[in-house]
Amino acid sequence: MAKAGVAVAAAGGLGALLYDSLGPGARKNIAAVSLPDFSIPNLAPKMAIVSGSDRKATAQKALEALGGIGTFIKPGDRVLIKVNAAFATPPILSATTHPDLVGEVITLCLKAGAAEVRVTDNPINDAASCFQLTEIGRAVEKSGGRLYMPKESYFAPASVNGGELIRDWPLLYEPFKGVNKLIGLTPLKDHHRSGASMTLKNWYGLLGGRRNIFHQDIHNIIKELGMMARPTFVILDGTMAMMTNGPTGGAISDLMAANLMIASTDPVAADAFGATVLERKTASLPFIRKAAEAGCGTADYEKLKPARFSI
Amino acid sequence: MKITTARRISQIFFVILFFWFCVVATMGTEFWRLRGWSVNWFLNLDPLAAIGAALATRTLYRGMVWAVATIVLTIIFGRFFCGWVCPFGAMHQFFGWLGAFGKKISQRIERNKYRKAQSIKYFLLVLFLIMAAFPLWESVSLQTGLLDPIPFVYRSVNLVLIPILDSHTRAVFYSSRQYDGAWLLGTLFLAALFLNIWIPRFYCRFICPLGALLGVLGRFSIWRIGKTKEKSRDCRLCEKSCEGACQPSGKIRISECVLCFNCLHICPDNLIAWQTKESSAGEIINPDIGRRGFILSAVSGLLAVPIIRLAGTLGTNWHHKVIRPPGALAEVEFLKRCLKCGQCMRICPTNVIVPSGIEGGLENLWTPVLNFRSGTSGCQLNCTACGFICPTAAIRPITLSEKLGLGEFSEKGPIRMGTAFVDRSRCLPWSMNTPCIVCQENCPMTPKAIYLEEQYSTVRDGVYEAASADGAAIRVNKAQWKPEQYAAGDYFCEAGGRRARIISNSADTLILEEPLQIGAGDRVVIKIHLYAPMVDIARCIGCGICEHECPVSGLRAIRVSAENESRNRNRSLFLKN
Repeated sequence: MAKAGVAVAAAGGLGALLYDSLGPGARKNIAAVSLPDFSIPNLAPKMAIVSGSDRKATAQKALEALGGIGTFIKPGDRVLIKVNAAFATPPILSATTHPDLVGEVITLCLKAGAAEVRVTDNPINDAASCFQLTEIGRAVEKSGGRLYMPKESYFAPASVNGGELIRDWPLLYEPFKGVNKLIGLTPLKDHHRSGASMTLKNWYGLLGGRRNIFHQDIHNIIKELGMMARPTFVILDGTMAMMTNGPTGGAISDLMAANLMIASTDPVAADAFGATVLERKTASLPFIRKAAEAGCGTADYEKLKPARFSI
Repeated sequence: MKITTARRISQIFFVILFFWFCVVATMGTEFWRLRGWSVNWFLNLDPLAAIGAALATRTLYRGMVWAVATIVLTIIFGRFFCGWVCPFGAMHQFFGWLGAFGKKISQRIERNKYRKAQSIKYFLLVLFLIMAAFPLWESVSLQTGLLDPIPFVYRSVNLVLIPILDSHTRAVFYSSRQYDGAWLLGTLFLAALFLNIWIPRFYCRFICPLGALLGVLGRFSIWRIGKTKEKSRDCRLCEKSCEGACQPSGKIRISECVLCFNCLHICPDNLIAWQTKESSAGEIINPDIGRRGFILSAVSGLLAVPIIRLAGTLGTNWHHKVIRPPGALAEVEFLKRCLKCGQCMRICPTNVIVPSGIEGGLENLWTPVLNFRSGTSGCQLNCTACGFICPTAAIRPITLSEKLGLGEFSEKGPIRMGTAFVDRSRCLPWSMNTPCIVCQENCPMTPKAIYLEEQYSTVRDGVYEAASADGAAIRVNKAQWKPEQYAAGDYFCEAGGRRARIISNSADTLILEEPLQIGAGDRVVIKIHLYAPMVDIARCIGCGICEHECPVSGLRAIRVSAENESRNRNRSLFLKN
């Protein structure tokens, strides 16, 4: 009797406890993260264009022209470098950030006293293959950086402040935790849908999910990418510019030895200059105008009085 | 040290070694990644795989010669492999040991008595070997892998166990793995293990065709378990933990003994020995199968392949979803070699190789096919891992030059696994006036196998009458646009045979990049600039990166099927080959 009574009471109690008269409602907006501004405060925008074929030397010179790495990286800084490792192709095809450039920038940051230099990307091809074949993985290892492979658990829902398209979208957030400087290292490439893949488009690789639907409105997306990530500085590598068949490339004949290394605190200016190297009119790249209007920088790169060197 | 202790150490060692091989079979540079580890070693030691493939192909490929060592040692010692080496056997033994808890001695003896059904494994052995050896018509089919314990345990651990155990640790894989039909692999794995609770070494005793083969090979073994005196007190204690259920208390069945040695020390009168002479109580050397049984299984084996192939899966009814990895042999040859071990699916860095179901024919079960919806990308252009791991060369090891059609292979061109087809009824630019071309951008070929048709397509309700024009600003009648609706950079205004990009818009006014000559009353059309993808069959290799990346994520708007694959010329789409 007593046992049956307890069981009846338990069943009744559980029923009352679990009773749900409404059922699941519509999806609620969840709290989304957004990225802080990583640019150096009160620093006038600067740009440097160095011609030469040795990436280590040109990158070094370009950063020197911006005031030296010490202007940007202070002792104890934690730095995140966003590379382009989108495709599982060797460095010679220039579809991805060159390992020499990655290694050099890591070394410079560490020399400037950075406590940690992280490198990440969420590639399009298989991530493990990408970091191996592009040789970025080895460059990071050799120069003392730390590679963040895009594990699923590293993504957090993010929204762009003032953005309309990138809302509640998975962002590769784990590598950003504790970081106070952000650097973009980007190869200069042709891109069929947007016209060109340069420093603004590079932030695409920080996003996850079915990001391919972004192609429906690519120029506004790139504008919002510019609003999403305000870097400390960017380097646009035009040593071997991909003129055709982008963004994958695949043949040496797709490349042109432009021998240019562009460093800039203003990614819009860097992209506007990059467009000229790719022999494209700024007007044919609406994302440049859009990003400038959104306050991400200036399309009139000559305004920055870029320092020009040749080595 | 007691010999049973040595046996346990050996079993634990080989189980650990096996799991080690499973874990390290991942691309990477760390010592615990694939860098020279002989991850196929247990498959190489497997005489059933070797003899099956040798019967079917008349060759013994590379590491498969290891099986000769197993055969020689089995001829000398009997089924040592089952009791001392086989990792699956050790797992069965462990579960059988768990099942013995709380059982009385008499119950344990009962669990380990010889059963007539132990001959089933010999019928299966004959069936599979005949299928592999004798082409009645058409050709033979290697199906040993269905029940061969070594491929069984490889695919179960690699494709089911590790992906589940690793799903939260992410120590082995960077992203979650997906394998079609894993439910069946997992169910059979659990069933095989859990049946041991009822009868120890259930799989080994009743089903294992490799055990049957080793039992036949070991019939003349020089050393064997037996009694030293015919008469004993008949306590049957020797059968309390007998792994093979080979009845050592009476006439021992040599082909069932797995050399566990559990009978050796337990005999209160010390009447059991491992010796060169026959047991004093007599021996049964031959498997309990009989001439009639042999003939029936042989005839079944002869007819099985033709019956399976009546579906026409090797002829005109071949299945377009049977897309094999690069380097896979022509289908007839492939089916003579594939062990269904799943090593290619394990090693594939992108997880695009998955076990097939039976849609391409019953004999396709668990053979490797490419599923571009699963994994992290399509088949990577610069990867040839599957052909290098395949233990039987069902997927041939190819160089990158051969895969890509470079150098001496430039005349043959790249290896094609299939062809991508654009589904124009689902493609965003083709059917929905929406820009996309993700497939074209991701095509890894040079020049790209996907090319573009440029279109300017009128948007919905996109025809208006101009009200007024002021330089690059055009106001139209009866428009109620959302501000910036046409400002994406992809919209153009067409009037008087000229076109200009729309930079921005208000409810009824367009701002153009450059002015058009427009007067009040002129026809103004809003167009969207599109590129529509087309596939060049001469260049597409069927890598499926486009299908993987297609943003129409349900039924993809571009899909690869096996037409035009290089390995079967009768599936070609080319006029000239």
